[in-house]
Amino acid sequence: MITVETFDSVAAANSALDHRSRYFGGGTLIMRDINYGDQSFDRIVRSNDPALQRIEIRQNSVVIGAGVTMSAVISHRDLAFLAPVARAVGGPAIRNMATIGGNLFAPSPYGDFAAALLALDAEIKYASGNSENMERFFSSRTLTPAQIVVSVQFKIPQRNAFRFKKVTRIKPKGVSIMSIAVVLPRRAGRIHNARIAFGTMGKTPLRAKEAEKALENSMLDQASIASAANVVANELQPQDDALASAWYRNEVARVHLQRLLKER
Amino acid sequence: MAKFPVIFHLNGAETAVFVDGGQNLLDVLRRSVGDLSPKYGCGQGTCGTCTVLIDGSPYLACITLAQAVKGKQVETAAGLSSGADLHPLQIAFIENFAAQCGYCTPGMLMAARALLDSNPRPTRDEVIEAISGNLCRCTGYDPIIAAIIEASTRMRGAYLN
Repeated sequence: MITVETFDSVAAANSALDHRSRYFGGGTLIMRDINYGDQSFDRIVRSNDPALQRIEIRQNSVVIGAGVTMSAVISHRDLAFLAPVARAVGGPAIRNMATIGGNLFAPSPYGDFAAALLALDAEIKYASGNSENMERFFSSRTLTPAQIVVSVQFKIPQRNAFRFKKVTRIKPKGVSIMSIAVVLPRRAGRIHNARIAFGTMGKTPLRAKEAEKALENSMLDQASIASAANVVANELQPQDDALASAWYRNEVARVHLQRLLKER
Repeated sequence: MAKFPVIFHLNGAETAVFVDGGQNLLDVLRRSVGDLSPKYGCGQGTCGTCTVLIDGSPYLACITLAQAVKGKQVETAAGLSSGADLHPLQIAFIENFAAQCGYCTPGMLMAARALLDSNPRPTRDEVIEAISGNLCRCTGYDPIIAAIIEASTRMRGAYLN
């Protein structure tokens, strides 16, 4: 039997966490575990703290509360560049439930939004006030974190610098073969500090740093795109699942990356 | 183990139940309330046959914590018809042969209802998007899409008349 405890403040909820509890955001992951008889936890900790639902647009950056749903992202006029990412998550009902915070913990082949946050170089803020970048977070991700994630924050990318693609076999919606998010900032017309992140190409979303380097200082021309595509598979760690083999995923990663980079 | 009292509105009627800690809304609707219209399919939010509306928006009852619907308006397929008068969506589903085994139908109807409530004149692509979280293994989806578009036309016609 599960005990549910709901707290008005996220700090109180954070204090109530222990190794037999799970923090409950939108419920799309945890309710599934309960329905399937997961015995690894027996307490659910929730919070009604309004801070978790807040979207704050600052001058150059945005802070999204961990409890913000995919639907809320889609309907926010200042987050239009992220709407295609949120829309790639599930159907309308799932998007009313699934939260940004929850997506950070969604195991592969889920977690498309988290891949986009990795490309955006988002910073995760915990209930304690501590922050952590996405790569560090993913390097030690656990389903029972010691602290509740309160929000994610990232710089708003330059206009048209952010691109996202989710590759599925089933149309219009299906589980990821892979998702790719790229941020292509320019300095004096040339690519500077590009970030390329893949979802479903490892146990957690990961960056393709060699491909990023191949784009540095380029005009995003055919040659630089081809160089990036040639090295992209070097850092990917896809796994076999019912939808695609690791071999297939590696083979098509370069094709999908090229298509995304060639988009105008 | 303690149970928790939850009062909500089901298809407009005030409903009070005692729920277990981790109990999902679908279980409460089917076992405690006796509304068998939302179906249990996958139990993991994949198939969509348990789709209900909560405060007008679609949710998956099998992965909704029952305690979380306290004070909310819950609508199921059982509340679509008014006595013997079927909802235009139900009529269109019948006339377009949009139900074969029928297991996905309650979820499809509620997903379609949510769409038409917010968008009375949906395009075919918008209909496809609206039911993209609902699986049907019988119909190939075309009759369902046709039924939803036809229902939208009927509902607009009824409004104009």
